Amino acid sequence: MNARRIGAVTAAAAIALGLAACGSSDSGSGSGSSGSASADAPTGKKIKIGTKFDQPGLGLKKGTEMSGFDVDVATYVAKELGSNAGDIEWVQAVSAQRETLLSSGQVDMIVATYSITDKRKEQVSFAGPYFIAGQDLLVRADESAIKGKADLDGKKLCSVKGSTPAQKVKDEIPGVNLQEFATYSECVAGLVSKAVDAVTTDDTILAGFAAQDQFKGKLKVVGQTFSTENYGIGLKKGDTEMCTKVTDAINKMIKDGDWEKAVQKNFGPAGYKPSDQNPPTPAACA
Amino acid sequence: MSASVLFDAPGPKARTRHLILTVIGALLALAGLWVVIGKMRQAGQLEPALWEPFVTDKSVWVDYLLVGLWNTIKAALLSVVFAGLFGLLLGMGRLSENKWIRWPAGAVVEFFRAVPVLIMMIFLFFGYFAKAETLPADWRPLFAVVIALTLYNGSVIAELVRSGVHSLPKGQGEAGLSIGLTPQQTLRAIQLPQALTAMLPALIGQFVVVLKDTALGVQITYPELLTWAKTLGSSYGNTVPAYLVAALLFILLNYAMTKLATWVERRLKRRGTTAGKVTNAMPTIVQGGAEPGGPAAAGTRAVVAGAEETIESAIESAKERRNDPGW
Amino acid sequence: MGELLKNYDVWGAIWTTIQLAVLSAIGATVIGTIVAIMRVSPVAVLRGLGTSYVNIFRNTPLTVLLVMSVLGLAFILGLSFSDDFARNAYWWAVAMLSLYHAAFICEALRSGINTVPAGQAEAARSIGLTFSQSLSQVLLPQAFRGAVAPLVSTYIALIKNTTVAAVIGVTDIAGLLQEITENEGAQLGIFFMVAMVFVVLTLPLGVFGTSLSRRLAVKR
Repeated sequence: MNARRIGAVTAAAAIALGLAACGSSDSGSGSGSSGSASADAPTGKKIKIGTKFDQPGLGLKKGTEMSGFDVDVATYVAKELGSNAGDIEWVQAVSAQRETLLSSGQVDMIVATYSITDKRKEQVSFAGPYFIAGQDLLVRADESAIKGKADLDGKKLCSVKGSTPAQKVKDEIPGVNLQEFATYSECVAGLVSKAVDAVTTDDTILAGFAAQDQFKGKLKVVGQTFSTENYGIGLKKGDTEMCTKVTDAINKMIKDGDWEKAVQKNFGPAGYKPSDQNPPTPAACA
Repeated sequence: MSASVLFDAPGPKARTRHLILTVIGALLALAGLWVVIGKMRQAGQLEPALWEPFVTDKSVWVDYLLVGLWNTIKAALLSVVFAGLFGLLLGMGRLSENKWIRWPAGAVVEFFRAVPVLIMMIFLFFGYFAKAETLPADWRPLFAVVIALTLYNGSVIAELVRSGVHSLPKGQGEAGLSIGLTPQQTLRAIQLPQALTAMLPALIGQFVVVLKDTALGVQITYPELLTWAKTLGSSYGNTVPAYLVAALLFILLNYAMTKLATWVERRLKRRGTTAGKVTNAMPTIVQGGAEPGGPAAAGTRAVVAGAEETIESAIESAKERRNDPGW
Repeated sequence: MGELLKNYDVWGAIWTTIQLAVLSAIGATVIGTIVAIMRVSPVAVLRGLGTSYVNIFRNTPLTVLLVMSVLGLAFILGLSFSDDFARNAYWWAVAMLSLYHAAFICEALRSGINTVPAGQAEAARSIGLTFSQSLSQVLLPQAFRGAVAPLVSTYIALIKNTTVAAVIGVTDIAGLLQEITENEGAQLGIFFMVAMVFVVLTLPLGVFGTSLSRRLAVKR
């Protein structure tokens, strides 16, 4: 083997890999559907929706199937905008990238446990809220000692590293024994094996885990929220026309009972009831 | 293995002693395994429901683990190719006659060898790529992973190139100069090709390091094997089994790569197309010395003092790389 | 920059990194030596165990090892160092960094043992030393010298690998960088500061290692 040949092989490999990388760039966004079967047929009006892929009960990709409350809301809204479930291209929206996915036009909307905050409003427009969540605690079903945040003193709590919920609890209850992981599923595994006493984050995320088949009847959401998270649908900044349409869709979904059905379907098995601020009244678009 | 010279063929007493040690060793290993399995069972981690999906549900492999595995391999391949090119350039830079090229190249190598890859990834992703609007969203973590791995492994390979060229018999370079080639031509036409061929096993070894390091991508949302194992754990509620299976896949893949490196090494040695000493796939004989040209611990010119050979071979530091715990 | 030093425990994070590095280096050296002895021992089972140890730990990403330590070993098998999670994660990080790098230390030592000419071992055997005597009196002292260079690169890698401890919630430099980047956005200045910390930590070790291996090199 001489240098030229090695060089050629290397270059060819680089090109092949480059192509492979291009070719698979959309592999992470398979299209799936969870809407009613009758409305699956594509109409041709494509829509790209960003959501979580790894959040049971909210946005979960299992095989090519999408499921969860966020997915149901997104599917309903898409339908109101003229796109059937078959037209939806699901794009994974990890938290760090949500704003840029919208501003760069890689998705048309984001429905991904996206809390409406003033800081985010500087970069994106929100329709909604379509759900009012709050920070809560997940405990084992037979737990009786933990009824709210105040009982956490000296208890073993688990949350995600660097997340706001973890920091909030730590600041308020210095006596809490906090383990931080990279994801909530690791925390839930710890909770089931009795190594931690509680997991904290938004009640929706917790209910999503508790509603999973594997954990049904083993875990419960305490139901004493100690923060308010207004989940909104993220849209490109300043697109008021779209915002109005989406807001109308959310209103319609709440009114015709599909919203309640989606809540029941996704969180019902956990025995979890949304806080009484729900269903929310979406704010008018600015 | 020269281990055999460490002890005689055992006599009757020693045989008994070895037997006792064998039994004790085996028993300890089995006891450990037993305790682990018992505890896992107690904690409900051995419930069939948690493990069955790996056998019964094709989706576990098709939609999760294999996707992750492919992303891991993709990132590792891209990184190794780019690191190879980057390393070749830097290595040539370090070998340059011109100190205005040699010193900056040296500084770059030393800097990127010293900075942890994870730090580079976090910075590249959260600092830059997460906000890079011009890039498709699922390329952004890939870019951060590949660039971070390229910078680190490129500097490592630069050192391999440098020590590889130094390891060639002096006559190779002198012969090139004597037939009228310039130093640059000698480097490109005579020294580098041989050094690169000799380096091949070490390069494959570096690939194992890169493969393992792509797992750091989990920190910046790159969908590699570990990330998908995590997602699998979320969907099926079997986080611990998912991680165990992912770990097993990593071990098998890396073990296969190590074997491949050994095979390539043996082949190259047999064909003898290089005057340099072919790097060993497994570290066997390394004795460090200092590289006169390097500012720091960079190059380790090694002296091989095996049973039958005493060949100076700086490329021994490449063997060390085979034993590189990452970055 | 001054703001950062006030708002975040930068020195504490650097100190944690140094602690992790020093403790794990000690642990890895001890375990690595034991495994190396197993790998060259006359007992086949011990050799097999040593080899499996190296293959398992060398081929598993450190990230997986760390997550599995707290999640698998501490949470499910109940092997906790402390009831305080922060201490527990800290000590598990030390343990896993030790176990992981022990595999590399073992290989470094073994390569060192192989630099010792067979004649040395034969001489030791011929004057009637046993396996353990020839190992401890004749071979290992020389092997350590021969292994200085690969050992130093293992220790340098270990220092850098402490950053992975952030995945189980240990607030070392990497954990802090992640926190700062998330709260304040990424700044080139912070990156260079962190990078310089590692350059400062590893460069002297590299220089020291080079000169040491040159000085200790066994003349033959």
